Amino acid sequence: MAGISGAETKAKRIGWGLLNTVAVIYALVPVLWIVSLSFKSSATLTDGNFIPREWSFDNYRNIFATTEFIRALVNSIGIAVIATAIAVVFGTMAAYAIARLDFPGKRLLVGISLLIAMFPQISLVSPLFDIERALGLFDTWPGLILPYITFALPLAIYTLSAFFREIPWELEKAAKMDGATPAQAFQKVIAPLAAPGVFTTAILVFIFCWNDFLFAITLTSTEASRTVPAALSFFTGSSQFEDPAGSIAAAAVVITIPIILFVLFFQRRIVAGLTSGAVKG
Amino acid sequence: MAEIVLDKVTKRYPDGALAVQEVNLEIADGEFIILVGPSGCGKSTTLNMIAGLEDITDGELRIGGQRVNEKAPKDRDIAMVFQSYALYPHMTVKENMAFPLRLAKVDNATVEKKVKEAAEILDLSQHLERKPSNLSGGQRQRVAMGRAIVRSPKAFLMDEPLSNLDAKLRVQMRTSVSRLQKQLGTTTVYVTHDQTEAMTLGDRVVVMRGGVVQQIGAPQFLYDQPANLFVAGFIGSPSMNFVPATLENGALRSVIGDVTLTDRIRRLVESADAPREVILGIRPEHFEDAAIVEPAKLSAGGKFTSHVDVLESMGSDKYAYFNLTGEQAASAELQELAADAGSDDVPGDGISLVTRLSSASGAVEGEPADIWFDADKVQLFDPSSGKNLTYTER
Ligand SMILES: Nc1ncnc2c1ncn2[C@@H]1O[C@H](COP(=O)(O)OP(=O)(O)OP(=O)(O)O)[C@@H](O)[C@H]1O
Ligand SMILES: [Mg+2]
Repeated sequence: MAGISGAETKAKRIGWGLLNTVAVIYALVPVLWIVSLSFKSSATLTDGNFIPREWSFDNYRNIFATTEFIRALVNSIGIAVIATAIAVVFGTMAAYAIARLDFPGKRLLVGISLLIAMFPQISLVSPLFDIERALGLFDTWPGLILPYITFALPLAIYTLSAFFREIPWELEKAAKMDGATPAQAFQKVIAPLAAPGVFTTAILVFIFCWNDFLFAITLTSTEASRTVPAALSFFTGSSQFEDPAGSIAAAAVVITIPIILFVLFFQRRIVAGLTSGAVKG
Repeated sequence: MAEIVLDKVTKRYPDGALAVQEVNLEIADGEFIILVGPSGCGKSTTLNMIAGLEDITDGELRIGGQRVNEKAPKDRDIAMVFQSYALYPHMTVKENMAFPLRLAKVDNATVEKKVKEAAEILDLSQHLERKPSNLSGGQRQRVAMGRAIVRSPKAFLMDEPLSNLDAKLRVQMRTSVSRLQKQLGTTTVYVTHDQTEAMTLGDRVVVMRGGVVQQIGAPQFLYDQPANLFVAGFIGSPSMNFVPATLENGALRSVIGDVTLTDRIRRLVESADAPREVILGIRPEHFEDAAIVEPAKLSAGGKFTSHVDVLESMGSDKYAYFNLTGEQAASAELQELAADAGSDDVPGDGISLVTRLSSASGAVEGEPADIWFDADKVQLFDPSSGKNLTYTER
């Protein structure tokens, strides 16, 4: 009996392993392809080799040679970080209130934020274009930060209120009994427990802002506020007849790095099941 | 350490629910007092008001002679143990226990010393560096106790601290809680809905029902002299038997036999101005197999004969269950008790009776048995008010 079940689990494990490998390869091949392209010289760009025959850093040198890409990178980082910070702060407050308090209009608030999250962004593009031009926000940082916050807030509120609901509020009472002021109770007990939720939300919101192309392409017109996804589409080769694919690939690799760093940095703080053991169960 | 006084304390929740009504209670310094009652009777609310976690709607709460109604929990110097333990999951056992001391800005050396002492008392020394999620239920419970005792507060409040443990552990922890309280001599208010805990732990027991205190007294006193039907039915396990009865010319008639009242009971009944129809209450241990009762005592009690429904032999004694034909005793209190015990929907045909007979009894399951009861041990209750007509202060 034991032998049979052992064989069964072994077969199962191999099956799952195979499936996982296929899935990982499927997801990674395009990424690796881009990486490979970015290291090819313009002459060998279209040779179809997966591993570049000769490694070249020309593409990277090129994109950093002009201000076009560097400006876009600065815009991207600045806009995404500011929008993320504001959305997470407001989202935390709103989610805390939603999870914790009963106030009139709570359902309405949740309903509206859900509505915003589902709203097709493309239908907002032309009105936003007109409004921002009228207000002088067009092609400025706030002109992108504002719509990003609008669409990131529902996401933030939803993720965070799920996290807040998980925190046993008896802990706050216990802290009070142990002699903490409300501020100390929040700082020493609630905040550390809510932190994983806040970081998770920050990552999701940051990625959302970082990846956006639709607003970036429609609400900007110059280097003043154009972010990397939009700037990529304006890339040209060093001459009109040169294929810009190598530069685009290099830029694509470069803009993935902040996301990877961001996730790695915050991942340490996201410890699943941190709240288990607070209360029985 | 201090005494705690509740002076007509009332709690009305914002939604209008009256949870606690004019509770008067004086808890002496060092006393171990138990709040007991069925679910929803206002025990936790009372405790939370003493803690400062709930506002007091009306009345006054004094700790150590000082009015504390308006004081925040942290300024009352009281520690609380929660039913869920409420341990801080991101801190180790040691940090959990040290937390109140750190907040009080106690210096490091003293914190170390106090935590070490508490850990030794509670047998937690080898778990100090672990996180609560890696502990067993009993260990978590002890950490919660440890967090309460480290800073030597004026009083401990405990809200059903053992109800999440399994039966065996609960009995073990019950003795250690009791020992710990004696050792520290700290005033303790302990909430439970388990009448066994109430009987075994406290110096005094407060029985509550629907936000109103029913009776306050030592466990044995509540057992012997319940003030009303509710206390009589709540305290004691198995609980008191209730049978409708009629008072007539100094005699008491009921399905468990007719008896003449003893002089003591007659005097009490007369001064209490008892109605004709009463409810007779008698505890299981006041029955005996008529065959083994001394002849002299036999006449001083009532007798009935019935088939033994179920017989449970405990070795030391035997529990015999009977089902007699007749109307059940009816009163609001008894209905509420039955609902709390979850037995209100059992088809209640006839009167069920639990008797405790000595092991020498020859009663056999399914066979008829002659059962005697002690006439001086009956308690009589007024069915409309629930009041105990045979209640004496001492
Ligand atoms: N926050 C609240 N708002 C309104 N009513 C409440 C609130 N908390 C408790 N109550 C009501 O007050 C009454 C007493 O509740 P309490 O929690 O004190 O009962 P309890 O004796 O501790 O019961 P249990 O044994 O189930 O814990 C109940 O009827 C309950 O419905
Ligand atoms: Mg309770």
